[in-house]
Amino acid sequence: MTDLLQQLLNGLSQGSIYALIAVGYTMIYGIIQLINFAHGDVIMVGAYVALGCALMGLGFIPSLAVAMLTCAILGVIIERVAYRRVRPVSRLAALTSAIGVSLFLEYTMMYFLGADIRTFPAGFFPERTYSLWGITINNKDLLVLGTTLVLVIILQYIIYRTRTGKAMRAVSFDGQAAQLMGVNVNSTVAITFFIGSAMAAAAGLLYGIYFNTVQPLMGLMPGLKAFIAAVLGGIGSVPGAMLGGILLGMTESLVAGFGGSMYRDAVAFIILILVLLIRPTGLLGKGVQEKV
Amino acid sequence: MGRVEALLNLEDVNVHYGAIWALKGINLTVGEGEIVSLIGANGAGKSTTLRAISGVIKTSSGRISYQGEDITKTPAHDIVKKGIAQVPEGRRIFANLTVMENLELGAYIRRDAKGIKQDMEMVLDRFPRLRERISQIAGTLSGGEQQMLAIGRALMTRPKLMLLDEPSMGLAPLLVKEIFSIIQEINQDGTTILLVEQNARMALQIAHRAYVLETGRIVLEGSAQKLASHEDVKKAYLGG
Ligand SMILES: Nc1ncnc2c1ncn2[C@@H]1O[C@H](COP(=O)(O)OP(=O)(O)OP(=O)(O)O)[C@@H](O)[C@H]1O
Ligand SMILES: [Mg+2]
Repeated sequence: MTDLLQQLLNGLSQGSIYALIAVGYTMIYGIIQLINFAHGDVIMVGAYVALGCALMGLGFIPSLAVAMLTCAILGVIIERVAYRRVRPVSRLAALTSAIGVSLFLEYTMMYFLGADIRTFPAGFFPERTYSLWGITINNKDLLVLGTTLVLVIILQYIIYRTRTGKAMRAVSFDGQAAQLMGVNVNSTVAITFFIGSAMAAAAGLLYGIYFNTVQPLMGLMPGLKAFIAAVLGGIGSVPGAMLGGILLGMTESLVAGFGGSMYRDAVAFIILILVLLIRPTGLLGKGVQEKV
Repeated sequence: MGRVEALLNLEDVNVHYGAIWALKGINLTVGEGEIVSLIGANGAGKSTTLRAISGVIKTSSGRISYQGEDITKTPAHDIVKKGIAQVPEGRRIFANLTVMENLELGAYIRRDAKGIKQDMEMVLDRFPRLRERISQIAGTLSGGEQQMLAIGRALMTRPKLMLLDEPSMGLAPLLVKEIFSIIQEINQDGTTILLVEQNARMALQIAHRAYVLETGRIVLEGSAQKLASHEDVKKAYLGG
């Protein structure tokens, strides 16, 4: 029983990180129907920026803020330079461009910073563990869960309570109708990249601390998993992405904890295939097309 | 017309969709305070005309001016700010948002909280059915209610000129009458109307002037009365 709880706790932390990444995937897909393949690499850039801040002696929150802001701007630049012009041409062109951006970010980092695995300085986040009813709780878990919770609440607020959020939802439903309301579609898309990429940067920092690893290809696997989480939850749906992320993290952790660590990565894909066979639109995806 | 101060003016406007030449040199004027109807068969280019005015599609040549200002190249979101609202074909409400949020999006360009609140009340008084369904998801509204929402949403921009694209489409006869009388009321309250309609009989009844569009060209224009009694119009659009 405690074993199970322990695995669930680990899964929750892992899943929160997936959720933060998945939210960006799903928001960007929702607004321009593009699978932003570079999203995983934004995580990596975020982790490096935070690492740089840590090495300069900044604490967790300032490092988080700098990483989020840097990546938010990076996200806006990526959209402006690599997607805006090709988007109207075809989806495939935009997708190809996204793959190009992904490789560009990975190998630029590798060129300048090398492929070595780096770690956060020991004093950046001193590890502590607590015992509660036989479960070991690491303060890293609390950090991940706490940070995710705060960011998700802010995100929900922006999307559902602000004028900008309303514009984002309108554009993702019908861009032309939103234009007729005076919404500037290009800036709304840019804001979406800004927010989604900031979330990815936060995920990058958390991932870097949680697994104590920062390297140029670190975004690949979590990026792919988060993409699965987004599809699992129903691509385009923000609550779906969160749910998908948590579910995926927990499942993986259970599989790994009960002797199947070799299959951990395969399980994600198996779940995805099964869910999509039963519910092609994902768990919280729109069952029927809402448009009339 | 002639002496009427032109609010909107289209001069030799051409629009292409790729190889399709949808508007072939349209000239059209809407005077301040008028209701002008644009009628024509399917595919004549009526919606294209409205889209060009709103700036959601580019013209290939020609000039569109509004209050004397050239708006041919103005982006769509800025055209709304100048006071031109469109109720698009097929309503295009935001089905995933609530009725309230749809109306708030109409006021997206505005910052005057007090004025927005007043207009919201005005819209809800005009469409009591929307008030009853204010927190309902808009996609669950009936067709008629969606049309009211689309009109209400456009009113929330506080337009000087309202473009309506087939507001009667798919509505029961009683509701069609209601929508047309609402359009007249909106006009009497000071909003100029450019109305696209398949229902030529109704459109000519409420309009001051009208244009007939055929495969991208304006073939007839004049006072609504004159057009309603024109033999060609009777035959083609009023069922003999
Ligand atoms: N997005 C588009 N791409 C290509 N062709 C288009 C597009 N939209 C309209 N057309 C073409 O342009 C012409 C005019 O279309 P438009 O929609 O303006 O007609 P309409 O008069 O509004 O017709 P209806 O009464 O059926 O709504 C048609 O031949 C149509 O096929
Ligand atoms: Mg049309």
